[in-house]
Amino acid sequence: VSAAAAAAVTNGLGGGEQAAAAPVSADQLDVEAYAAQYSGRTRVARLLFIAERCGVEAIQLEALRMAHDEARAREDTVLYLDAVLKINSRLGPRYRHDQAWVDSVNRRAEQRKEKLETELNGYRTNLIKESIRMGYNDIGDFFYAHGHLSEAFKSYIRTRDYCTTSKHIVQMCMHVILVSIELGQFAHVTNYVSKAEQTPDTLDAVIVAKLRAAAGLANLETKKYKLAARKFLETGPELGSNYSEVIAPQDVAVYGALCALASFDRSELKSKVIDNINFRNFLELVPEVRELVNDFYASRYGSCLEHLEKLKPNLLLDIHLREHLGTLYNDIRHKAIIQYTLPFISVDLNTMASAFKSSVSMLEKELAALITENKIQARIDSHNKILYARHADQRNATFQRALQTGNEFERDIKAMLLRANLIKHDFNQKNWL
Amino acid sequence: TPLGRSRAHKSTIRRSSRPVSSPPTRRKAASRTAPDQTPESEPSSKGKAPSAAAAAAMESVEALVAHIQGLSGSADELAQLHGLLKQADGDALRAHSAGLLPFLSHLHPGAHSLGYLYLLDSFVSSSANLRAHAGGDLLVTVADFLTSCSADQIRMAPDKFLNVCRVLKNEVMQLNAPIRGIAPLRAAVRKIQTSSEQLTPLHAEYLMLCLLAKQYKAGLSVLEDDIFEVDQPKDLFLYCYYGAMIYIGLKKFRKALELLHNAVTAPMSSLNAITVEAYKKYVLVSLIQSGQVPSFPKYTSSTAQRNLKNHTQIYVDLSTCYGTGSYSDLETFIQSNAEAFQTDNNFGLVKQVLSSMYKRNIQRLTQTYLTLSLEDIASSVQLNTPKEAEMHVLRMIEDGEIHATINQKDGMVSFNEDPEQYKSSEMVEHIDSSIQRLMALSKKLTSIDQNISCDHAFLMKSGRERARFDYDDFDSVPHKYF
Repeated sequence: VSAAAAAAVTNGLGGGEQAAAAPVSADQLDVEAYAAQYSGRTRVARLLFIAERCGVEAIQLEALRMAHDEARAREDTVLYLDAVLKINSRLGPRYRHDQAWVDSVNRRAEQRKEKLETELNGYRTNLIKESIRMGYNDIGDFFYAHGHLSEAFKSYIRTRDYCTTSKHIVQMCMHVILVSIELGQFAHVTNYVSKAEQTPDTLDAVIVAKLRAAAGLANLETKKYKLAARKFLETGPELGSNYSEVIAPQDVAVYGALCALASFDRSELKSKVIDNINFRNFLELVPEVRELVNDFYASRYGSCLEHLEKLKPNLLLDIHLREHLGTLYNDIRHKAIIQYTLPFISVDLNTMASAFKSSVSMLEKELAALITENKIQARIDSHNKILYARHADQRNATFQRALQTGNEFERDIKAMLLRANLIKHDFNQKNWL
Repeated sequence: TPLGRSRAHKSTIRRSSRPVSSPPTRRKAASRTAPDQTPESEPSSKGKAPSAAAAAAMESVEALVAHIQGLSGSADELAQLHGLLKQADGDALRAHSAGLLPFLSHLHPGAHSLGYLYLLDSFVSSSANLRAHAGGDLLVTVADFLTSCSADQIRMAPDKFLNVCRVLKNEVMQLNAPIRGIAPLRAAVRKIQTSSEQLTPLHAEYLMLCLLAKQYKAGLSVLEDDIFEVDQPKDLFLYCYYGAMIYIGLKKFRKALELLHNAVTAPMSSLNAITVEAYKKYVLVSLIQSGQVPSFPKYTSSTAQRNLKNHTQIYVDLSTCYGTGSYSDLETFIQSNAEAFQTDNNFGLVKQVLSSMYKRNIQRLTQTYLTLSLEDIASSVQLNTPKEAEMHVLRMIEDGEIHATINQKDGMVSFNEDPEQYKSSEMVEHIDSSIQRLMALSKKLTSIDQNISCDHAFLMKSGRERARFDYDDFDSVPHKYF
């Protein structure tokens, strides 16, 4: 871990806290601090994402400026062009499309590529496994640095045949995972995570943590929230900011907590989240989320939902979480409502509405929807605004079912006997047409 | 009056015919029918010497009538008579069919059913005769015969019987008085059935008359018997279709659905128009009854599964539109396709489908709410005013489709649980009779199963497929107990 990265980490930790605790609206998102949490390509990608989604012009431009500088420094022409396009000459002459620079970078890249390829061919003719592997790796790195992700992916895959030790395999897996995440191909991510975890040697704790985090991310993106939560919760604190090219520790906390709230039941929530010592380290980084989880468990739904609302604008700017935020929030809210009504025979809708900080009519509609989906066993007394728990009368239900089964049996048997008779007389319609 | 005349003749019938009184009628008959015969394509010989040839023919008929009267006692006599009649059938009777009517008056429809049937049949087979005697006595005579004939005798000549019935049906249809055919045909159905479970071609005709005369309750008596034996597939389809229409007229949608289901899932190798129409009604009635159209069960013939939907596309579209739950969408869809529904004569049913949408939505509300204001009901069911909502709810309560009370002062409706506690004696009786019925049905099923297992063809087929028997296959007791 380089000195710069270490500085970024401490910076990021502080900035992360600020970013999570302070903002009520996206206005207050500290773009620099946020970006400082990440390194590598993902920093630029995230900045571009923020610029795209954020409504506030000032922040947009700030993000774009940073993205541009970063892309230029990395000599990543693809991202650079993207940034310039989005800036659209709004930031002054320094940020205009510099074709000359692009061309020179491309030229240099071509030269380097040719050099690497000749080296690789040389190694291939010599059939030295290790050199071939290194050669492919270097080419992969080169492509990745310049933004050609699919070629990078192919090159990394090719190193597979030349891996001799498990260390090599792990290295290859990590590279592939990185590129797949950026490409958005999360099936590969899950694949290679399991491959890496199956290597016979015991892995370095950091690597284990990285793999867990990557697996969690893959599950999140494929909407398997329960599995994602489990993976994130199993991520060891050794992760630190070692995986800043993919994910920051604050993200692990946020993703893990939200997914857990949306998909775990109470006992799991207690044992895996609240009592989880490892995960506590992560939660410390985002105290809002820690408060949120505790409120939910202690049935302080009003303040829990408030915290959620506060976090929403910033989370909407997160590149991985955005599409899932709506579903997760809905699930958490529904879980809260169901949990609220569970212990009672009757609930006054007014008190419930104030607890959930919404209007009575909206709450009534939500409850009606949940009842229709059979998640709550209750009936609404709309006149007096009370919710009554309803338990089906087993005896009556049994009688009804028995009579109905009898009727259906009779009907089916009669139809069947009729059909058997028809077939017996071997109806061939040509006879009577 | 014609009736009076035949009655008087019946009172003077003796075992032997009276040739004394017949010549005047004979000549009268000959003179009466002669002008009828000449425009027809009768053999010229008869036209030249009507009285002579006719007289000769009449004598043979006379003899026949005598036989009928004499041989209508026991079963052996009847068999002999049947032979004679079959011989006489054909030219002898048919050529002089016009003159047969008066002879009928000599015969008693109850005692001499078989002979009566033959004479009647050859009389009505000629359309000229029918035209000549349209309306009036002929109908009465036939109706009389059908109601009073003896079942055993007519079963010996079922085709002729069916023919006579069909003629009756055509006549009443021509006269636009289908109601006149109902009583006689109902009697006829009972007489020709060998068992109450058998379907005859008459069933379909009878139901059709009931439909045309709008006498649905009359049709019920025939529909209540379950049918298990069918000779002709065409009868089945028509029976199911008309029967379902009668049940729809009486708003007994569940039974209509059963019949339509049978029509749609019957084994068939090629599609027929009756099944297509039946399927259209099936879709509509399922929507009214349960809100969705069930998919074809796996015993449906492949022809039906593949082709039915192609011929009934708007109905399939209607059911998908219904599934969305939006009343206004459904309404617009129906309006735009109104002509198609009209040509199929299904528009009334379609309107019922539309109104059932409200019912379904209101019923769904009973699952979620204990009390609900009329305005909320109106808004969630997409009605315009709370007054309309009140009307709908009221009607549903009266029909017994939901259990609720309307509080007009507050404008609230309280939904109650089904008050049926399954504790009353009527309910116990109902359950008991259901159990008995099902046990009988089950026994029937087992006996049919046993019959099939003993059936030669079945054993041949299954025996061929089994491998050589192993000794162990016969042992139900494991070896270790030996």
